[in-house]
Amino acid sequence: MTLSPATVGLATGTFLASAVECVEAFTIVLAMGLTRSWRAALLGALAALAVLAAVTALAGLALARWISESLLQLVIGTLLLIFGLQWLRKAILRSAGVQALRQEEAIFSENQEVARGAGHDVRLGLDWFAFVVAFKGVFLEGLEVVFIVITFGLAATKKDPNGMLVAAASALIAGIVVLIAGIIARRPLSSVPENTLKYAVGLLLSTFGTFWAAEGLGYFAAGKSLQWPGGDWAILGLLAGWLVLSQLAVRAPGLRAVGVGERFEP
Amino acid sequence: MNIVTGFLRFWYDFIVGDAWEIALGVVVVLGVGATLLRTAGVPPELVPLLVAAGIAIVVGLSLRMEVRRRTKARASISGRG
Repeated sequence: MTLSPATVGLATGTFLASAVECVEAFTIVLAMGLTRSWRAALLGALAALAVLAAVTALAGLALARWISESLLQLVIGTLLLIFGLQWLRKAILRSAGVQALRQEEAIFSENQEVARGAGHDVRLGLDWFAFVVAFKGVFLEGLEVVFIVITFGLAATKKDPNGMLVAAASALIAGIVVLIAGIIARRPLSSVPENTLKYAVGLLLSTFGTFWAAEGLGYFAAGKSLQWPGGDWAILGLLAGWLVLSQLAVRAPGLRAVGVGERFEP
Repeated sequence: MNIVTGFLRFWYDFIVGDAWEIALGVVVVLGVGATLLRTAGVPPELVPLLVAAGIAIVVGLSLRMEVRRRTKARASISGRG
């Protein structure tokens, strides 16, 4: 396997994005487990993982069978770009103090408070509230991981036949690392620099989204992907460009003026 | 809310999120890129660079809109107080 900039970026991006989502899912399951029922919380999480596996298999099969390569690149690049820019925008707003920082401890306490106040509805022998909340939390956070793995993996497969494997393995390793850290800590993983990680992921998703979406525009010309000046090395140029622009935005007087909350320095 | 509306709402929130202008802007920039490729005779190697510049402008505009939203919200709160 060659370690091209695209492969390294793919593995890093998928790992970081998955780790952030796993930390968020872990907080929800932990809150339900400690406050309500570990059995219901863990079964809810497992059920969500099973549904996610089925969704991933179906989506991957449909995308690979029915969509041509350049169109796939365009569609995937566009989705990744929209998704990545949303992350980057939020990170800029958080960094400038315009939007509240995400605090795992505070979210954990909120979840626990809601869980304590909820009624006891028992279905299928399970604490239904804990089951549903854990299922929804793991499913929604996991869906973002699946989306990133499919988009990164499929787009990278064009250049690296192991692209999907690299993406899936990176996500799996991130999940295992977060789970082990969580089991050891037995509390929300608030020491993970989540806001900085989200900023890094936003940069990577925006970089690869821009790269692939622009390449995919070749679908409208000769049907072949467009080439960036410098080939794959343009990825590094794009990453540097997004980094500089986002830092300029964070320091822009307009944003600083409306930012009244706590800031973080990425 | 029926199942179809709920399903569409979920995907809208998932992909478009709270800044619709980003999604719209990206689609517009890519549309312009495709048009340049097909009709304007712009060299194909220039199109990715133009697209990247267009997307950077979209992000800038979206942040500007957010500043305006926040300023307006703050003004209406202080007006009420």
